[in-house]
Amino acid sequence: MLKCSLQNVNAAFARIAESMKLYLPVDRGDGKTRFDVWSEGKEWSTALNTERSAKDFFFPQTENLMEFKTEGKKIEVIDIREENEVFVIFGVRACDVRSFDILDRVFLSDPVDSFYKNRRDHGIIVSVACGKPAETCFCSVFGIDATSPAGDVTAWRTDDAVYFTANTEKGSALLALIGDLCEECGTEAVDAQRAKTQKILEKLPLKDLDTKNFGGGKTKEFFNNPLWESLSSTCLGCGTCTFVCPTCQCYDIKDFNTGNGVIRFRCWDSCMYSEFTKMAHGNNRLTQTERFRQRFMHKLVYYPENNEGIFGCVGCGRCLSKCPISMNIVKVMKAMGGNEND
Amino acid sequence: MQKINREVLLEKAVALLESNTVSCVLGWRAGEFDYDVTPFVFTDAADLKANFVWNDFCGANFSKYLVAKTRKHEGKILVFLKPCDTYSFNQLLTEHRFDRERVYVVGVPCEGMADINRVKSIAGDGISKIEFEADAMAVSTLYEDAPIRVSYADALSERCKNCKSKKHVAYDELLGDAGDVIDSNRFDEVEALEKMTPDERFAFWQKELSRCIRCNACRDACPACTCEKCVFDNPASSLENKAPANSFEEKMFHIIRAFHVAGRCTDCGECSRVCPQNIPLHLLNRKFIKDINEFYGEYQAGAEVGSRAPLIDYTLGDLEPGEVFDRGDR
Repeated sequence: MLKCSLQNVNAAFARIAESMKLYLPVDRGDGKTRFDVWSEGKEWSTALNTERSAKDFFFPQTENLMEFKTEGKKIEVIDIREENEVFVIFGVRACDVRSFDILDRVFLSDPVDSFYKNRRDHGIIVSVACGKPAETCFCSVFGIDATSPAGDVTAWRTDDAVYFTANTEKGSALLALIGDLCEECGTEAVDAQRAKTQKILEKLPLKDLDTKNFGGGKTKEFFNNPLWESLSSTCLGCGTCTFVCPTCQCYDIKDFNTGNGVIRFRCWDSCMYSEFTKMAHGNNRLTQTERFRQRFMHKLVYYPENNEGIFGCVGCGRCLSKCPISMNIVKVMKAMGGNEND
Repeated sequence: MQKINREVLLEKAVALLESNTVSCVLGWRAGEFDYDVTPFVFTDAADLKANFVWNDFCGANFSKYLVAKTRKHEGKILVFLKPCDTYSFNQLLTEHRFDRERVYVVGVPCEGMADINRVKSIAGDGISKIEFEADAMAVSTLYEDAPIRVSYADALSERCKNCKSKKHVAYDELLGDAGDVIDSNRFDEVEALEKMTPDERFAFWQKELSRCIRCNACRDACPACTCEKCVFDNPASSLENKAPANSFEEKMFHIIRAFHVAGRCTDCGECSRVCPQNIPLHLLNRKFIKDINEFYGEYQAGAEVGSRAPLIDYTLGDLEPGEVFDRGDR
């Protein structure tokens, strides 16, 4: 384990930024935090998490896929894919790190999404353990340890230092870059911090959320539950929950007419939207209740059914704090078969 | 703190439901915490008694729900409306968006609603309990031994700080007095924007709007946005767009939307309340309201049912387009 004093952290960032782009959470000045490219003067935020999830790095909201140029009756197809450069995402929380595994199972299984894979291969993830989880956090419900997140490198931040340990070759190579700014150390400080955080995790109000009633093979059990109707009765049908969600992965592919050709791009889509998955025959989900049900069935039943029981939620709590009507996966789980809502 | 407590609203709702005056109640349902209340259609008195809530986090404007709910539910719907909500209610009636006879309005006085983000900026994260005391909220967190006191004034949302009216302009019954229109400083921020140079103003909106994630929450919450099919949701419109092509494309969406609701927007502030990216969208609408006031005389959308808004009315005294153009030059 390496220890880097907080005074040396900016020097470490500068060192990394010499050879690759370094993204880290930066306070925006209005109490909110977002990932930003590090440059001299930018401070690593102490906020619990970024407003938008880290999925944007691998699965951006929009990206161009290919171009077509037309001249008379000729159509030229242009492959616009570019090889990415190596980049570092520093300070990713345990929930968001797990979300990459969930996205990987979709984008990296056959047929592999080369756009996603390209970014994924070039990204180095430095996770950071949580010290002050919020009341909306429930990652432990999905077996995530907020005190010891995954990633190429795991970091712990204490009052006076940052501790690093590499989990992969990529991670070791990254730490080698800043080795002279760190010193070797034991795990005592990290162990102490982890123990302290564990105590807080045990006090979190949502820690006992029950997942055992959900999972693969439960489609028939939940699909026609009359509760979908009342739970969704005031859903606005906006896409906030899906767009702040680190695991929502649906997208649409569309063509933009450039005048002498077409740019084919993809953009995030939301199952909350009325035209989501609209096909030639029409739309298979005509009411907001059906759209609402799709989102939660996907996370709690369909995804685990296709992925060895892994749920499509990481408990980051963003939808809890962002939904305009405060309806969310926790309320759905409790109403549908988790523990009683007292 | 709200002057009228939960029990008064609850008693009213239960009585109206049990006497079959109404078939359902549009109210607020308790959440996991003390602040995450959810709008909910209650049909059962026992459910109401167990889960109905009324506190300083009941900010949602219920008026728009009536468009869909009056079509869906048989009988009358009881809706609790705060003063600012009643302006949206009237505006929707002016536009014939629902049947007034299908709604029973109980007016609830409002002391202003809290913004949980403001509370968290003072008390910090990890809120485990909020108690509503006479002069402040006592906010307990996972990190402090004693509750942190947050005054109601400090917790107040922007739109409530600049409240334009405590007057109920539509109701069947009131749980307090009718209230008055009040002076507000709601155009101060607009004036500050007007004083900027065009470049500064462009930079301001670029910074704000480039954060937009195009979730459409502003549109979906807006009581003035009740088109049966929004042009931006219509694949046949060629405008359907789920995501920005560049980081500032969203300006078009928001400016188009602001134009579309101009003269109909009551300044209820739902757009900014629901924005997950905290974009001050209400400033666009307020600019239009301020301009309308200055060009055509004071006009408040929704103050009464059936009023002819300046932008859809013609009088000989209307200013010429050229005057607006000249003004833009200044």
